[in-house]
Amino acid sequence: MNKIVNPISEIVIKADHLTKKFGQFTAVDDICFEVRKGEIFGFLGANGAGKTTAMRMLSGLLIPTSGVGQVAGFDITHQPEQVKRNIGYMSQRFSLYDDLKVWENIELFGGIYGLNASQIKIKTDELMQRLNFEDERNKLVKSLPLGFKQKLAFAVSVIHHPQVVFLDEPTGGVDPITRRNFWEMIYEAAVDGITVFVTTHYMDEAEYCDRVCILVDGKIEALDKPGDLKVRFNADSMDEVFLQLARKATRLDG
Amino acid sequence: MIDVKNLYKNYYPNDSGKFAGIGKPGIKKNESVLSEDTGISFNVSEAELFGLIGPDGAGKTTIFRILTTLILPDKGIATLGGLDVVNDYKEIRKKVGYMPGRFSLYQDLTVLENLEFFATVFNTTIKENYDLIKDIYVQIEPFKNRRAGKLSGGMKQKLALCCALIHKPEILFLDEPTTGVDPVSRKEFWGMLQKLKTQGITILVSTPYMDEAALCDRIALIQNGNFLNIDTPENIVKQFNRDLWSVKSNQMHHLLTDLRTFDSIDSSFAFGDSIHFTVKHKKDFSKSEFESLLLAGGHNKVEIRKINPGIEDCFMELSKKTDL
Repeated sequence: MNKIVNPISEIVIKADHLTKKFGQFTAVDDICFEVRKGEIFGFLGANGAGKTTAMRMLSGLLIPTSGVGQVAGFDITHQPEQVKRNIGYMSQRFSLYDDLKVWENIELFGGIYGLNASQIKIKTDELMQRLNFEDERNKLVKSLPLGFKQKLAFAVSVIHHPQVVFLDEPTGGVDPITRRNFWEMIYEAAVDGITVFVTTHYMDEAEYCDRVCILVDGKIEALDKPGDLKVRFNADSMDEVFLQLARKATRLDG
Repeated sequence: MIDVKNLYKNYYPNDSGKFAGIGKPGIKKNESVLSEDTGISFNVSEAELFGLIGPDGAGKTTIFRILTTLILPDKGIATLGGLDVVNDYKEIRKKVGYMPGRFSLYQDLTVLENLEFFATVFNTTIKENYDLIKDIYVQIEPFKNRRAGKLSGGMKQKLALCCALIHKPEILFLDEPTTGVDPVSRKEFWGMLQKLKTQGITILVSTPYMDEAALCDRIALIQNGNFLNIDTPENIVKQFNRDLWSVKSNQMHHLLTDLRTFDSIDSSFAFGDSIHFTVKHKKDFSKSEFESLLLAGGHNKVEIRKINPGIEDCFMELSKKTDL
């Protein structure tokens, strides 16, 4: 979705020659990019292209082999704990505790993200109302349909209004209507000033990003607005752009 | 080859009033749905590539588990090549290959050891059926001495397919083989399936990716344990019996919120770089009038055109119409 990201708004993610090696294997190879406040930044690549490694470095979970990274104003190598406190994270695989009730999950994650009891209470009420979840408040998360869980997981990942939220394939396996509702939530968060860093295997979703970065064999092969990439690669869809670029990969996915 | 009639499975006890499974009874359905209060029914012909298309939790895996004789249905009959999934389960197990959604090979065995193991279990050898797996196996052969647990996602998927094929099954069951796999590897995998089909193998495959539906001979769209429709992808698209429009402007998000305020518009959803919408009453809708409304509302570079629906449009339309 194209909205206007102010070109002079502050940079919230900066990768400067970021590299990660595991032994002889270079998973992420000298990547450079900047993401501005409120931007929806799509991070695409084949399995094994290095997306997860890059995301783990940017969220303070992995120390880079070389290069510098800054997220939410903190250095990812020297201040990983401050980075973690200022970001949200949501993945398809792990998001909420199935055996806890909806409100208990919110309380748990709110607490982890540093909110106090009264903030959690206000946020819980606000969330229940906005998601139309009042009837589900006391239900176990495992009893909710997947679409509900995904929406709740996203709402929880931004409950502390982080500067950046990392979404790792947030819509995998979700039905088409819920998938679209989910993107509308992402969009609202971005309008609210939260920077969104998202990976996906659905190429139509790449179109909803302000800019996308395509990683091939650990290197950035393309970084631009979806519309400009389509023009440059003479393609009708992002799927075609992706296929043209990813076919260049020589690395066996790992 | 596969015949399923009135299949019903509820994981909750039937007197609990709760339902999770397939064939949920007593729900309002539209006319295009085959089953009515009697579970789900479908059939797959020999050498057909049949797709179960639907989101997580729709019941795809339950169908696979019943057909591969791993769980029992509560009601209904399912036969594979005339063999009953309940009574003839031992015979059926010799004739089917099953690749479950979760990687389930032995992580501590090497590629070659896994393949040998599965061949031995079915009383055959790799050599005997090598022809069938050759095209796929050569791609992982350079790693044949690597432990399966150390393989990448794409290679695990290829090894799992080889293991499911090594006893030359008549029917191949593939439960979400491409989930979480990137678009390039997904296309490659579907290419392999097309080849297997030409060798006479019947394939039942499930996927949450709607764009893969077009690669099947026939598909069943499934949601919440019931089929929304079963037909060839072409016919499903043909049955989308209303006008579908695509619109773009320079402010896509505003466009979506604006469309939702127009009374004449029925549904509107983002589809890649455009928005697809349907109108409530065809006769009340004028393209030029709509365009001027959008321009007056501050939109620029407005492009409106009538388009042909895809499977995803059909799925969304059907799931709206059907009270599942």
